Amino acid sequence: MSAKTENPRGWLYVLPVVVLVAFNAIIPLMAVVNYSVQETFGNNIFFFEGVKWFEQVLNSERFHSSLIRQLLFTGIILAIEVPLGIAIALAMPRRGPWVSVCLVLMALPLLIPWNVVGAMWNIFALPDIGMLGRMLNGLGFNYNYTQQPFAAWATLIAMDVWHWTSLVVLLAYAGLSAIPDAYYQAAKVDGASSWAVFRHIQLPKMKRVLTIAILLRFMDSFNIYTEPFVLTGGGPGNSTTLLSIDLVKIALGQFDLGPAAAMSLIYFLIILLLSWIFYTAMMRGEEQR
Amino acid sequence: MARITLRNLKHTYAARPRGDQDWALKQLDMEWSDGGAYALLGPSGCGKTTLLNIISGLVRPTEGRVLFDDADLTDVATDRRQIAQVFQFPVVYDTMTVRDNLAFPLRNRGVPEPEVRAKVLEIARMLDLEDMLATRASGLTADGKQKISLGRGLVRDDVNVIMFDEPLTVIDPHLKWQLRSKLKELHQRIARTMIYVTHDQTEALTFADQVVVMHEGTVVQIGSPVELFERPRHTFVGHFIGSPGMNVLPCVVDNGRPLLGGQAVAVQNPPSTAPEGKRLEIGVRPEFISFDRDGLPVVIAKVSDAGRYRIVEARHGENRINVLTAPDVAIPADSARLRFDPAHTRLYADGWLVE
Amino acid sequence: MRNLRWLPPALYILFLLLPIYWLVSMSFKTTNEILGSFTLWPTRFTLENYAKIFTDPTWYNGYINSLIYVVINTVISVVVALPAAYAFSRYRFLGDKHLFFWLLTNRMAPAAVFALPFFELYSAIGLFDTHIAVALAHCLFNIPLAVWILEGFMSSVPKQLDETAYLDGYGFWRFFLRIFIPTIAAGIGVAAFFCFMFSWVELLLAKTLTSVAAKPIAATMTRTASSSGYELGLLAAAGTLTFIPGAFVIYFVRNYIAKGFALGRV
Repeated sequence: MSAKTENPRGWLYVLPVVVLVAFNAIIPLMAVVNYSVQETFGNNIFFFEGVKWFEQVLNSERFHSSLIRQLLFTGIILAIEVPLGIAIALAMPRRGPWVSVCLVLMALPLLIPWNVVGAMWNIFALPDIGMLGRMLNGLGFNYNYTQQPFAAWATLIAMDVWHWTSLVVLLAYAGLSAIPDAYYQAAKVDGASSWAVFRHIQLPKMKRVLTIAILLRFMDSFNIYTEPFVLTGGGPGNSTTLLSIDLVKIALGQFDLGPAAAMSLIYFLIILLLSWIFYTAMMRGEEQR
Repeated sequence: MARITLRNLKHTYAARPRGDQDWALKQLDMEWSDGGAYALLGPSGCGKTTLLNIISGLVRPTEGRVLFDDADLTDVATDRRQIAQVFQFPVVYDTMTVRDNLAFPLRNRGVPEPEVRAKVLEIARMLDLEDMLATRASGLTADGKQKISLGRGLVRDDVNVIMFDEPLTVIDPHLKWQLRSKLKELHQRIARTMIYVTHDQTEALTFADQVVVMHEGTVVQIGSPVELFERPRHTFVGHFIGSPGMNVLPCVVDNGRPLLGGQAVAVQNPPSTAPEGKRLEIGVRPEFISFDRDGLPVVIAKVSDAGRYRIVEARHGENRINVLTAPDVAIPADSARLRFDPAHTRLYADGWLVE
Repeated sequence: MRNLRWLPPALYILFLLLPIYWLVSMSFKTTNEILGSFTLWPTRFTLENYAKIFTDPTWYNGYINSLIYVVINTVISVVVALPAAYAFSRYRFLGDKHLFFWLLTNRMAPAAVFALPFFELYSAIGLFDTHIAVALAHCLFNIPLAVWILEGFMSSVPKQLDETAYLDGYGFWRFFLRIFIPTIAAGIGVAAFFCFMFSWVELLLAKTLTSVAAKPIAATMTRTASSSGYELGLLAAAGTLTFIPGAFVIYFVRNYIAKGFALGRV
């Protein structure tokens, strides 16, 4: 890939994007920052409190346990969804009538509103009236996600894998589609095995789309709220209380806007830091411009 | 070493071919002799890439057989045909260094490592890539990448035929010349068959000993560059080669004499029998036309100066005739008379040379 | 050796379809039946859930409203993302790398606390309860996604393509529209589908910024969870209907997504 050309007029091309995004980003963000450094007793009178909320959040035991649960959750689903998504994309048909069928069917889980996803898995996994619950108990497992933390976690992860793997598949598939034939032809001439083709041609060429897929899944799973909330409500107990569920309990349940805002900003910074590290690592190989 | 024979080859990409136009390659029988430098020349869509891919095994022909030294390899996979191919689009394995790229085909075939290193070094020297062996392949320019592609074909001892599919397409113009000379030099050094596909006549004519001209799925002529230039067997060849190409003028034959606008024209191949019901044309290259007092009357339309020569655009009735003259030749202002050199003027029937 | 390559995708799709079958079968049951016992197939097959949706304006308007703002948002997002992605892919300019990363940061914050500020912002400019409000608000997370996806695809197109076109005399826009865009068709298909999808399922902002006139279907559906208990049959029917527009979209862009494969002869 040859170098980019220096072009200050590049700003004109990105201006509409910047305007539309910044409009939605900056003003609400300023408001949240505002909340995070102030205290109100509910009467709309605010007192500046500096970093009090941040300290409180960072030192709270509750925050630590939610964070650990969240990191575990995100780690597990990334470890499952990314390889699975790539494998499916590699095996999917590329031409012919089955392409449309596959694409449409795979996209279905992505299109269901998240509260419906939570609700349907809620019933689906119930041990007495749900298809999955009945099947698992019928096979001899003692399965009840409403009471067993492990079962709750397993169900939660299964739900997320079911819901979001297709996103990775679609991105990987489109990325594969963009690889020019000449690469495969040259590999044939060079006598490369399928594994070599995957390792040296397909995977490197998919690096950019995979980066997007991984970052997306990372961010969205870190902030996940609706589906787990409708599925387990954070329980049993607080075994599946992930970050956002905790946050909403604090913000809306207790109406502690200050700590909630501070917590949001802390999560934001955590995600920002981890994403930035990952992104820089991925893009390092391409920095020879 | 390999002599390649193509027998009864026909190919179509359509699932259910209906007419002639669905066939990318129409009936083809030819032989490529060992160690030659061939160019496959023709306009886009004439079937040259298809033919190349059939020889290398990337495409399986709808009909016909491909033989290497009398062994039928039609059903044999590409990596066992002892061929190498360089593509239009420089293919390198981005994640590997130049050295690993060159070593790749050998390692895939289980060649012992010391041998691999020696071979890679040898080829890298041949291609002037020696000081870049440790660099990542993705960092090279387009011509460097094409050299790597070429190198991967050269490292293998078992390669008998190297094929090039318009390899200079993405190369900068001033590097094209360098790479082209390199290829010619390589051919002289390693004496393997090389088949070079291009739509650029300059590339074809400078690289090849034998040029295969293709048009709409058929081979129109095979010959040395000189033969193609001096004795085109088809009007397409005459028109495609040379800049400007051969003049093709519709004519009639009366009593065995070709006539242009009523005036007799002397040709190198006067017909022994009167050709019936065919489209008759006279072909003569602009280089072999001169101004004369007696000759075909024409009107001068335009004169272009190309430095070392001048191109005169003349009109005879509805036909346009290009004339190539030296810069010092006097060109009449409005009307003139042209004389065609009989040794280089020929009669064509339905596009083909009358013999 | 006709390999078993079709097996993994087939198993995966089976896995995907199981809960969906469950959802669809629930939509044909009454809520009582759903909660009462486990049945693989509705014992009392009923269309009353669907009937309710098709006859009650508060329900079907929900779909129409959602469709309107989602389409507006998808079009805006992809259209403004194209030139921006091109600039990120081909040009260097002041702050380009940071700007590119900043775009993505807009997806990084948990949404809950931002609901109130968004409400205040859009009310202040008088756009509360309009389709355009939701369409614009969704630009926050969809435009960065579109830019990132498109940039990824654009960067794999070699610059020689641009240069060759300019040498051939193409002006920028003609090159962009007639040569470049077809080359990155897969990226456009994916970007368009994802923008559609994320906007279609987004609940929080859509609910916050609307009340009656532009109320989306997702908001209408949450109503069923609170008012008359858990109207599961209705919810299931509504949920089943929500994947129809999206299915159309992906069917429509399927050729773009698989375009690269279609062009090949390998």
